[in-house]
Amino acid sequence: MINSSILNLKLFRFSLICAFFLIAGAFPKSAFSQEGTSASKEKKFVPKDVILEHIGDSHSWPVLGKTTLPLPVILYTDKGLELFSSDKIKEEEVNGEPKGKIYQGAHYTYTAEKDKIKVVDANGNIDEAASKKVFDFSITRNVVSMFMALAILLIVFLNISSSYKKRVGKAPKGLQSFLEPLIVFVRDDIAIPNMGSKYARFMPLLLTIFFFILINNLLGMIPFFPGGYNLTGNIAVTATLSVIILFVVNLNGNKYYWKHIFLPDVPFWILPIMWIVEIVGIFSKPIALMIRLFANITAGHIVILSLISLIFIFKTLWVSPVSIGFVVFMDVIEVLVAFLQAYIFTLLSSLFIGMAIEEHH
Amino acid sequence: MELVTPNLGLVFWTTICFAILLFLLGKYAWKPILAAISEREKSIESALSMAEAAKEEMARLTSENDELLKQARIERDLILREAKQVKDQIISEAKEAANIEGTRMIERARIEIDNQKAIAMADVKNQVATLSIEIAEKILRKQFEDQHKQDQLVADLLKEVKLK
Repeated sequence: MINSSILNLKLFRFSLICAFFLIAGAFPKSAFSQEGTSASKEKKFVPKDVILEHIGDSHSWPVLGKTTLPLPVILYTDKGLELFSSDKIKEEEVNGEPKGKIYQGAHYTYTAEKDKIKVVDANGNIDEAASKKVFDFSITRNVVSMFMALAILLIVFLNISSSYKKRVGKAPKGLQSFLEPLIVFVRDDIAIPNMGSKYARFMPLLLTIFFFILINNLLGMIPFFPGGYNLTGNIAVTATLSVIILFVVNLNGNKYYWKHIFLPDVPFWILPIMWIVEIVGIFSKPIALMIRLFANITAGHIVILSLISLIFIFKTLWVSPVSIGFVVFMDVIEVLVAFLQAYIFTLLSSLFIGMAIEEHH
Repeated sequence: MELVTPNLGLVFWTTICFAILLFLLGKYAWKPILAAISEREKSIESALSMAEAAKEEMARLTSENDELLKQARIERDLILREAKQVKDQIISEAKEAANIEGTRMIERARIEIDNQKAIAMADVKNQVATLSIEIAEKILRKQFEDQHKQDQLVADLLKEVKLK
């Protein structure tokens, strides 16, 4: 009984926090989320916008209510580098004429359209041609959260690494004993079955990928600052990881791997078809990795946010128990998915590497 | 579509972050951790195999001890049995010897007794004969002190002879 009441209290708090976060996200509060100057007091709630804003990237980070953390914008333009804070983009008037939310940079004038930095011309219209020449290397919300994950991983693992040095030959303790099963799991159930005796060379890569994906999956589930981002559900991140796997697989492929691709045991007239199939195969494997992780995490976030959005769509609090019940259920599934996707990504990576380095007789 | 278009900036930062992470963790975390884990696994394995060997050694020693004990017991039984046999033999021999000796002594005693008896009887006979003769002599002497009586006896004797 006590346990369940504590759980309920936590759920209640959690729901409050979710609601808070969504209120913060639902109503226009930052310079970016408001488009144009049409100041309609009662803005219609559009769940799609809220959800896409959350699962996409942003140049600011909602902290609490209307407070947002402005993040640095770094632009590489054809005329040189631009660096400014995202809160510099604000209502400007040129010669007493409102120009909308713009920032007069050193080389161009910029505005933010749907969280994307665009170049505007003198009339305040978006100049798509010039925008194409501007490359956005900003420290966005996802980049900051990635730095945070990086810091957490470094602190945690360098810390347990030192405790391994201190406690040589002794049983693991504390955090060490929590993480050691995961490390041993990656080694014994992912690396060794798929790669055989040559697994040791790829262990650092597999462990880094596993824990990088895992920590970002889990941090992405925290609904408020400093969580509330969607890094592993971002195609750019999963694409980068997949490209790394693509390179590792193909740079380590041995002669059997390449023979299997270019000279498989088939009649010679099928060879050209086989080449096409096999070369597509080289790329389709990492693409499958990329899409699987992206789609799983994004879908989870979309489902949870959609359920929360029900409250705002129906505009009544009475829906909230239903929403929250489902959200808690989904959150539990998402914790499972967080581990599962980290596992699957690492497993398939090691499988692909294992296929490339396998010795045939 | 925007959702599935990779953002170049994020790709760039992800690459940098991942490279840093891979380098630092690979060098300062994974290598020592994996080394420590496999080191410990090896030591545990060797400890287990040593324990197994010790157990086998113990079992071997125990069975050896049992064997020795069994042999000792058998030997002891054998010795005891032999001792008993010897004892019985000695006793029976002693008994037999004692019997023979006793019989022999009894026999000797009987012969001695017989001898002594015979000697004594002979002695008694001699004395009785001597005494009888002395008594007869004395009687005869007393009878034949007067001449008349002698004559009469002779006459009687003669008379008897004539009658016949």
